[in-house]
Order: sequence, then C-alpha cells, then structure tokens
Amino acid sequence: MNVKVLVLCLMPCLMLSLQAVAQGFAGLGTAAGDFSNPLRGRVLQFPADHGAHPDFRIEWWYLTANMTGPDGTPYGLQWTLFRSALAPEEGAGWASPQLWMGHAAVTTRDAHFVAERLARGGIGQAGVTAAPFNAWIDDWAMAGPDFGNLRLTAAGAEFAFDVDLRAQGPLVLHGDAGYSVKSAAGQASHYYSQPFYALSGQLTLPSGDVAVTGQAWLDREWSSQPLAQDQTGWDWFSLSFDSGDKMMGFVLRGGQDYTSATWIAADGAVSALPDGAFSAVPLARSRVAGRDVPTTWGLRLPARGVDVTVTALNTQAWMATSVPYWEGPVVVSGSHTGVGYLEMTGYDD
Amino acid sequence: MRRAVLSALLAHWRHNLLQLFTLLAGLALGTALWSGVQAINAEARASYDAAAATLDEGRLAQITGREGAVISQATYVALRRAGWAVSPVIEGDLGGVRLVGIEPLTAPRGVGPVSAVGDLTGFLGGVRQIFARADTLARLPAMAVRAVVSPSIAPNTAITDIGVAQGLLGRAGQIDRLLVAPVQPLNRAPLAQIAPDLVLVAPQTGSDVARLTDSFHLNLTAFGLLSFAVGLFIVHGAIGLAFEQRRAMVRTLRALGAPLRSVIWVMVGELVVLALLGGAVGVALGYGVAAALLPDVAATLRGLYGADVSGQLALRPVWWLSGMAIAVLGTGVAGAGALWSLARMPLLAAAQPQAGLVARGARGLAVTAAVLLALSGGLAVWGQGLIAGFAMLGALLIGGALAFPPMLAVVLGIGAARARGPVAQWFWADTRQQLPGLSLALMALLLAMAANVGVSTMVSSFRLTFTGFLDQRLASELYVSAVDAGQAAQIVGMADARVAAVLPVLEVERVVAGVAGGVPAQIYGARDHATYRDNWQFLQAVPQVWDVLARGGGVLVNEQLYRRAGLELGAMVGVAPGVSLPVLGIYGDYGNPVGQVILTETVFVAQFPDVVALRFGLRMDAGDVAGVRASLRDLGVAGGAMIDQAAIKAVSLAVFDRTFVVTTALNILTLAVAGFAILMSLLTLAAMRLPQLAPVWALGLTRRRLAALDLARTVMLAAGVAVLALPLGLALAWALLAVVNVEAFGWRLPMYLFPLDYLRLGGLALIAAGLAALWPAWRLARVPPAQLLGVFRHER
Repeated sequence: MNVKVLVLCLMPCLMLSLQAVAQGFAGLGTAAGDFSNPLRGRVLQFPADHGAHPDFRIEWWYLTANMTGPDGTPYGLQWTLFRSALAPEEGAGWASPQLWMGHAAVTTRDAHFVAERLARGGIGQAGVTAAPFNAWIDDWAMAGPDFGNLRLTAAGAEFAFDVDLRAQGPLVLHGDAGYSVKSAAGQASHYYSQPFYALSGQLTLPSGDVAVTGQAWLDREWSSQPLAQDQTGWDWFSLSFDSGDKMMGFVLRGGQDYTSATWIAADGAVSALPDGAFSAVPLARSRVAGRDVPTTWGLRLPARGVDVTVTALNTQAWMATSVPYWEGPVVVSGSHTGVGYLEMTGYDD
Repeated sequence: MRRAVLSALLAHWRHNLLQLFTLLAGLALGTALWSGVQAINAEARASYDAAAATLDEGRLAQITGREGAVISQATYVALRRAGWAVSPVIEGDLGGVRLVGIEPLTAPRGVGPVSAVGDLTGFLGGVRQIFARADTLARLPAMAVRAVVSPSIAPNTAITDIGVAQGLLGRAGQIDRLLVAPVQPLNRAPLAQIAPDLVLVAPQTGSDVARLTDSFHLNLTAFGLLSFAVGLFIVHGAIGLAFEQRRAMVRTLRALGAPLRSVIWVMVGELVVLALLGGAVGVALGYGVAAALLPDVAATLRGLYGADVSGQLALRPVWWLSGMAIAVLGTGVAGAGALWSLARMPLLAAAQPQAGLVARGARGLAVTAAVLLALSGGLAVWGQGLIAGFAMLGALLIGGALAFPPMLAVVLGIGAARARGPVAQWFWADTRQQLPGLSLALMALLLAMAANVGVSTMVSSFRLTFTGFLDQRLASELYVSAVDAGQAAQIVGMADARVAAVLPVLEVERVVAGVAGGVPAQIYGARDHATYRDNWQFLQAVPQVWDVLARGGGVLVNEQLYRRAGLELGAMVGVAPGVSLPVLGIYGDYGNPVGQVILTETVFVAQFPDVVALRFGLRMDAGDVAGVRASLRDLGVAGGAMIDQAAIKAVSLAVFDRTFVVTTALNILTLAVAGFAILMSLLTLAAMRLPQLAPVWALGLTRRRLAALDLARTVMLAAGVAVLALPLGLALAWALLAVVNVEAFGWRLPMYLFPLDYLRLGGLALIAAGLAALWPAWRLARVPPAQLLGVFRHER
C-alpha cells in the first residue's frame, strides 16, 4: 500500500502495475532531497517553462480534447508525455536518468483505444524542446513553431490521429501564479494550462478515417514532492461550458479530502478557489476492468453557481497501460452545459 | 486386529532381511537411474529455456544488419521515430562470459531479462547492475557495476543495461540486433525506406539449439525409461516373491478371522512405505549419478551444439517429485498383480507351490509377447508420428523381454532332450525348474543389454555419421569470414597466390517455390571443384551428379528439405521467380533444422547478382595453414573469423569422447543393476532349492561340483540372454535412428554395426552374471552337510 501511495503521490497517472516501470517512475531509490522543489512566488518563464525541468522528479504535457465528427458524433482524444527522473540531472546517452512515457487514446461512445510508449532520455528517442516547441516520443509528437500552433500525432496498433491545435486564448496559471497546492500539509506543483485550443484534423479508427473538429486542453505540471501518506487517489475534472467559461477542479481523496479549483472566464480571466470551495460526489458507478469506478458525478462550485452532473461519454474509458487509470470525455448538464474530461486514479482494488 | 495383521506381516520382513533389502535396492536403483537421467535432462532444458528467455530468439522477429553488420544507435532511434516498436540488443564476450545488453523500457513484454531484472530503479539508476548466475558472476572481471545473482538467467550469460554493455565491450553507439515487438503501430514507414541496410528476420518456430539438442535428450530419455523398466522388473520380482511366500501366512490370518480388506490395506500401506523409502534413496542416488555425469553432458552439449548448460545441478522439485511418483507408481504396477491374486485366493486353498503358478503364466507370457511384438511390427510399418515411434519402441522392448522365458524354456527343453548322462540330464531339468524364479532377473538383464546395444549403436552411428559429415562439409583446410566486400576482395587477392583454391560461400535465404506453396530455405552457390566431387556423399543422386550440376542442369537439396517438401529426384524446385530446376541429389545435413538448396556458382550468380561472398573455404596443404592465417591476420581478419578445419575436428572428437563417457557410465550402471537382480534372485532361490539339491548331493555330487554347476548355469543363461539381446538391441537402435529420429527431427541417421562393441558388452554381461552368481555358489559350496541332511529329516 505504501508503494502505491507514493507512486500515486508522485505522478497522477502512474500507478502500480508494471512494477518495475512504476518503481522507476516513482524514483523510490532516489533521495527526494536531491530534486528541486516547487517554490511559491517563482515566476514562470515562457517559452522556457514549456520545456523539460530535469531537476524535478516528475513532469507532464497532458492534452485532452473533446471533438465531433462531420455527423456530430462525439469523440475524445488524449495525448500525454510523462517525464520521470531517477536523478535530478540530465546525462549523455544511455547514462541519462530521465525516463519518458507516452499515453495516447481515442474514445468513442462504444470504444476506447489506448497505446503506450516508453523511452530512455539521452539518446534522442524522446524529449521536449521549448522553442520551437517539440515534445516527442518515438513517432508521436506535439510540435510546432510555437506553443500556440501545434500539430499532434500518435499511432497505436488500431488507431492513429493527426490534428492541428490553434490557441484561441491565453495561458492559465493555476493556484498562486502557477504554484498549485496539493495537500493541507503544503505539498505542491507548478501547474499551468492552455485550455483554449481549437482543434481540427483526422482520426484513424478501425472503421475508417474521420475528420474532426473540437476543443483541446493542455495541462503542464511538474513537481518532486510526494503528497500526504493518506492520499489514495484523485478525481480531476476539466470542463468547457457552452457559455465559453471553463473550470478545472480536483479532489485528492484521503483521510481528509483536499479540493482545489480554477475558474477560467471566457475572456481568460482566472480565479483560483481554495480547498473546500469545490465538491464532487459520485452519483453512479460502472464496472470497469474488474473494478467499480464512479462514472457519473455531481459537481458543485457554489461561488460560481455551478451545480452540474458530469456523465462519462463511455464508461469503459480505462487506460490499460502499464500504470492503469480511467481517463475519458464527459458530458456536462445541470446549471451549466458543456463537455470536458475526467481523470480518476486509485480505483484499482 | 489390524495391529496383529501388521505385526504378522512385518515379521516376514524381519525374517527375510535380504528380501527386504532386494526390494528396497531394486526400487532405489531403478528410481536412481530414472531420476538421474531426468535430472540431467531437466537441467539441460532449464538452461535452454533460460537462454531462450534471455533472448527470445525464436518467438520474436528481429532486425539485423546484412551479413551481421553492426547497427548504429542513430539507426535505432530513427526506426523508433518512424514508428517501429523495436528494442536494441548488444552481445559480446567479456572474459569468456557472454554479455548481453538490453533496453528494459522498449523490450517486448515477456522478454526474460525485464522480468528477471525486476527493479528498474536499480537497473537504470545509480550504480548499474549486472545479472547472472553466481558461477558466471565469479568469472567476470572486476568492474564498476553491482553484481546481482539471478539463477533464472542462462549459464555463462550476464545481462545488463545496453549502455553499460556498450561501455564494457568498448562499443559505444553500437547495436547488434533489434527485437521486433509482436504488435506494431499503424502508419509505420517501411524498413527499406528508413534503414535499407537492415533486414527483417521472421520469427522461428522453436530455437535451433532446442531442436538440435532434443536429439541428445531423446537418447537420454530412452535410456532413462529403459533403466526404469529394468528396475521395475527387479521390484516386480521381489514383490511377487514376498507375496508368494506370505500366501500361507495370509491364509492363516484370514482363518483366524482377519478380514481380507484389512489384510489387503495393510499390505498396500506396507508397499507404499517401502516405495517411498526406496524412492527416496533412489532419488538421492539419482542426484549423485546426475551430479557426476552432468559436467560431461554439459561439455557434450556445448561442444556439439554450442548450447550452454550449467555444469551445476540444481535440486528441482519437479524431478525429485517425479522420481518419488515413479517409484510409487512402479511399485503399484509391480504389486497390483500380486495383490489381485491374493484378494482372489480362496480361503482354504493350499499355498500353491511356485512352479505351478509360473507354469500357468508361461503360456500367457508367450501370448502377450507375441501380441506386443506384432503390435510393434505393425507400428513400424504403418505408424505415423513420434508417439507411434515411442509406442513401437516400448512394445518391442517389453514384447522382447516377455518372449524370453518361453523361448528359453523351449531351448532348455531341447537341451534336456539331447542330454546324455544323469548329471547332464539333472542339470537341464534343474535349470528348467529354476527358470521361473530367475526369469524376471533374466528379463531385466535382457532389457539392460538390449538398451546398451541400442544406445551404443545409436551413439556410435551418430559419431561416425557426424565425423563423416564434418569431413564432407569441412573439406577446406581453412575457413575465413570477411567483414565487408572490401575485405573479401583483399582476402581473395591474397589467397589466390598462396593457396590451391579459393571456394566462395555464396548464400541467400529465400522461400523455395514449387512445393506445397513454398518452404523457406538457404540457397547456396557452389563452385565446380574437386573438393566437392571428392568429399560429398549423397543419400540419393542421379548419375554424374556433379557434371549435371555444373552445367546448371539442376540443384542439390538437403535431407530436411527433401522430407519436408516431399521431394524426389527429378522434382522441380523453384529457386527464383521463373527459374525451376530438377533435384539431382539429396545429401545428409545432420543437425540442421533448415532446408538447403545448392546451385552451381554460375547459376547462383546469374540469379542473385547482388549477393557477395563474404565467406571462403581455402584449400591448401595442411602445413601452410599457419602461414596463411598469419597473412590473413595482417589483412585485419580477426582470429574468430578464421576457422581451422583440424581444430574443429579435434573439438568434435573430444566432444564425442565425452559422449562416450556418459554412455559407458550409464551402460555399466544398468548392467550393474541387472547383475544385482540376478544376485538377489539366486540368493532367494538358494534357500528354496536346498530340498532339491540335497538328494543330488546324497547321490554323490560334491558341494563344490554343485556350486560349479550353478555358476555355469548362470553364465550359460546370461549367454542366452546376450544372444537374444543383440537382435533386440539392434532393433531398438534401428527404431531410434530410422523411426523416432526421423519423426522428431526430419533426418535419418544411417545405422552402423559395431561387432567388437557388442562382444565387449556381451562379455560384460557374462561377467556381471558370473559375479552375481559367485556369492550364492560360494555359499552353496560351504553349506554345512548337516543342513543338507536336515532336508531328509524334515521331509514331509
């Protein structure tokens, strides 16, 4: 259980399945003190901070998208690059302690396609450069002349996608100017997003190619600190309302749940909301990959008049990767309507 | 009640300690041979499995450089970035240990080292780790890595991260081959576009090493099975006797009110305890046998097939459990008949004398034997598949053994009819009288001898065939491999002036069309040269085969392709699009699992103009080899790229000598077991025969004379066994070589006969039997006259 908690704390999507990999990503063998820690008040610098921070233990470039086909059929897409360091440094060739993991998925109402890639740093197989921006692992890439204009590609054995992303709004810094607290004890990460991408491109599915358009949300986060020992998992929501407003909220489950939320107005104005301002209650569960996972949620953010029901587009959006979790598109109804993405970890009983 | 039954039954063993010893020793020896051979096989197989898991050479497709050229790390990254799910491997020699460098993150799931390695942080972080067995680690030179003992890794192999391996081998940035994951993503660019110098090698069905060494293990397994059969005969004899002698006791017990069920269960329990005791001792002995032989077996396999087998024996639960199980099972089989007849024995029936019982059984034996032999013959003619081959083997052996007592009875009958003089007549009659008591031991001897004849013939045939094959295949004095075409040209330029002939080895792998939709095969181009004409022998060939081949009038195929594709002489083989040539000859290609086709050089070059010869056979006087080697070394040819024919042959012969050590040791052991069976039978008979010997003694034959006659009788019976064992053993060898081997490996070993070996074996059998008879004879010579007289006093 301890190992599991540590892994959970270190990286949201990396849990214990392929034990070796998970241990590696968790960096259990490395003294935490050697890594840099997020600092409140550190001013994020762009484009430099779009790149990798090898002195931090964990980091990710996490893109999710809600899309529709020509006939209005909804689709979801995920493209994630994780970095995990065994030591707080970059090294040449195979000596590099930086490890990379890529996850890609496409979700339809009745199918969920997943692929995974693992790579060593130092040899050119995977990495991130800030300007021009390029994040890649094997043949998957998120790259473009700048952070606002990107082409996103990935392929698995059964699916592929190739889409363009155009930023329609500013970057959003979560928490205190990008310093996002993760527990009452003060653990934190650097966390910013680009939630305003307009997306267009093509999905390749077993049934054939589909032209899609939609909106995408990119999360950037890096940290080194474990969360509190009693935190066992989390539920993370990114919602885009039809009004143009957006909202990010998460619950870290533990002896005492810890919540955090960010309200993003249609014009890009950001307000961070403290612990307790946001609540999420499971309304219905589904049997997924042999476990019960909440796939309908009641979300409330009274400060903004939000009282919505969030329902999974496909309840079986299980990421059967070496570190499994649930990640998929959702539909929002209630006080606000819209779409979004839901990520849940820690449901592996 | 049960307690009384138990103590009564156990009293029998207390009074017949020798019989108890026979039973336990027979069980122990049979189990020992069986489990010893099994242990050797299990150990060797575990080693291959570890090797296969280390590399997974068979299961996965691989990408390699042409002609084994090195792959650059940049090419690997380019392939990954083009979507190819491949994982790099580097291999090299580090202080005699095979060092394998892997990349755990990209290695396909299930590839051994990743799971063997376990802790990725330890593997990749901080001081890097190197994994190997303890004995392998001990041989590695000192270096700045952390050694981790891992018994699941193949012998003489060490595994570490590819970066560490590149450093230790001094080959930074180099990769030897890429493992191709079974599942690949969509939209991959074609290999030819990204890395035109690399070739994709399809996965093989089963590793080469495993297929080759299977042949050796088959031999050992057959040996183990036969040994156990020998042991079983001993156990059967001992149990049968013990039950026979206790019939009276059982009758008494039952008359006193002991329920039959209790008696039977107590006896079953007694048998189980005995089986477990004997089995435990046997497994321990088997461990000793295996430990003593394993280094030789390991050396044999390494030399013969390049298969690395650890010389150390691990105590595997599977084989000691199987040893115990086989002991219990064997006892069960041996005791079932005795228990059955005991259960059906009428309460008031007299304890029958043995002779009657056996006489009743003799006809049954003859019938059973005839049925089994007929079955074996039928399987030999009509049987298909490996199972049928083994069934045929089993039926042949057991049928042969069971046929022995009836046949001997006939021979003895003839002997008795022709005997002149009272002593001779008594001798024959007495021998016939003893036959039932001795027949089980004699059958055991027969089986042991037949097994020895069969296995020796097979091993020796293998040796002759293989060395002949080496002579044929390695006719050139020196073989040299070039790294690239440039070096090849240099070698040819240098050698042309120095040696009698330069024979290029032109090779390409293609699917050979025309037969059953196509079969993958190696196609070779052979220069028209006396080397081939003088040395090659064919299983079948058209007349003037070399002349027709040189004219481009056909192809030669190896036996594997011939059998697999069902070819005949004259059948057309499509070697290239639009080019089909008839089969001119079929040659033996022992130990090679892959089909082969040989074209003449001109045809080969015309069809495959891009193939450049990188290997050459150089013909020269044996005395020139050292000089040419030195010149080649000056050209930059590595020592490992030159193979000296004489050295190969020396190694091969050394290997066969090791094989013979193993075979001889097993031969002697089985004979010893059989000899022991005879000894025990004779000792048991000795006590019962006293009433029959006493009158003869009283009529004037001295005890010495009686003892000498007994000794002569045993040796005579052993000689009879030897005479019958020879054809049985040869039939066994034939079955192994011509039926089982073909079914298992697709090639037939020619059978050679070794009369001197058989004579020596026969001599050994006579000595074993003579030694076994010596002590009983000596005891007979010393039996106190009072005891003989006592027979008359107690006469009923």
